[in-house]
Amino acid sequence: MPDLIFDVQNVSFAYEEGGPLAVRSLSLQVPKGAFYAVLGQNGSGKSTLAKLMNGLYLPTEGSVSVCGMDTKDEKHTWDIRCRAGMVFQNPDNQLVATIVREDVAFGLENIGVPTEEMPGRIEQALRDVGMTEYAERAPHLLSGGQKQRVAIAGVLAMRPEAILFDESTAMLDPQGRREVLSAVKRLNRELGLTVIWITHFMEEAVDCDKVFVMHSGEIALSGTPREVFAREEALRALRLDVPPMAHLAQTLREAGMPVQDVLTVEDMVREAKRLCR
Amino acid sequence: MFDNITLGQYYPAQSVVHALDPRMKICLLVLSIVAIFLAGNLLAFVPVMAFLALACKMSRVPVKLLIRGLKPLRFILVFTFLLNLFFLQGETPLLNLGFAVIKKEALILSVHYALRLVLLVLFSSLLTLTTAPVTLTDGLERLLSPLRVIHFPAHEMAMMMTIALRFIPTLLEEADKIMKAQTARGADFESGNLIKRAKAMVPLLVPLFVSAFRRAGDLAMAMEARCYHGGEGRTRLRVLKMAKNDYLALGAMGLLIACVVLLSRVY
Repeated sequence: MPDLIFDVQNVSFAYEEGGPLAVRSLSLQVPKGAFYAVLGQNGSGKSTLAKLMNGLYLPTEGSVSVCGMDTKDEKHTWDIRCRAGMVFQNPDNQLVATIVREDVAFGLENIGVPTEEMPGRIEQALRDVGMTEYAERAPHLLSGGQKQRVAIAGVLAMRPEAILFDESTAMLDPQGRREVLSAVKRLNRELGLTVIWITHFMEEAVDCDKVFVMHSGEIALSGTPREVFAREEALRALRLDVPPMAHLAQTLREAGMPVQDVLTVEDMVREAKRLCR
Repeated sequence: MFDNITLGQYYPAQSVVHALDPRMKICLLVLSIVAIFLAGNLLAFVPVMAFLALACKMSRVPVKLLIRGLKPLRFILVFTFLLNLFFLQGETPLLNLGFAVIKKEALILSVHYALRLVLLVLFSSLLTLTTAPVTLTDGLERLLSPLRVIHFPAHEMAMMMTIALRFIPTLLEEADKIMKAQTARGADFESGNLIKRAKAMVPLLVPLFVSAFRRAGDLAMAMEARCYHGGEGRTRLRVLKMAKNDYLALGAMGLLIACVVLLSRVY
């Protein structure tokens, strides 16, 4: 494959030498423009995987390459982090500056973008996440969802190929979660940004391209959302819930109703209409 | 409880003084301190005070706000003034209070010292009133950056100050939350003597510290993910540039120092 953004080959990772493996011989290929979701319980290694994918952690075994560059190669470290940006879980702990536009500028300053080029890039990035009118605000006065969008803008301004979202919605209220997810989906669709969406909310994964379910450092299930969420038993065994509509469909099937392929409310409406006909 | 902690004392306004380059303002503050210490007699303070009054007028900062900067110092001011008044040596008796005699020379010197202190505080207040903390940090970084030659971490210091400014409101909010949680569980922060109240702060400070360290860890990781690797090769969004007004202000300060020296010599 020519346009591979991430190539994770047989990676194992332990936090301490000889300690338990947080990720075990895991392989994962992510093509350009993909929207992949990684699901899993706390401690399943999904966060560790994300940090392996932009060189914040280096694999104990195996190799990770980003746009063809090995994360172990020190001279590529900053280049890799430019291509593969990351948005973290806690919206408060990743904004550095006291004014939104200066925070967006932070990454640009770090990689030495000329001063004249910055305002344009910042404006573009803020527009892409719909935060233009907040450019001069102080971050601590924004809502959680807004802070996360500022964090996304900070990464976008660096013109990355991909963004890794490490449970970026976990600390947000439902409103903020919707806000952030829909912004990310739009970026994926319109800018062709590659997205790795790590979450423990099943329903956030329903319309991505591929789902990977992690369990104790390994990929336990993978496939399209429809394939994965159809395996309710297997998911339950991993202590994960299927999205509510998939569960409803399963229950209906058990009761003898032939509903198929249901993940979202829209799917259910379509199936109900079909069956009522 | 934490409502009354304001972040610095910046007074936002559109004025010539606000628009001055922060580097120049810091230099001007240093020079004004020089002027204050060069003043050899009370008369020499007159141009200094006139300069301050003019700067205050031009900055559109209310005089009241400027004077308020003296409030925390009022005890020290009165105390040192009285101490100087009673204990400084002099020859011409001015007033006999029975237990002590106030000398004319002592009075003049006490007023001189007190005035010096007042002016020092007022000049620095004017700087912080007219310069946003972030701008001030920027100016300091730029001013101190030549010291990198002797390994002085100018950039790191400025970065620390920026982060501190960014996190003060966040940590205050958190402290408030922890306080409410502890109050709900029966903690009492308001009553008792000073020692008792200080002890009551422990269940507030421990979780606050723990969380501050966790935040620091997260932030370091986030900064690394955004390619932060120190001050080397870093460009800046805001570039400071000296303008005509900056040099005019410097000239005015030069004149002030000349005046002060002259007046100190003549009398």
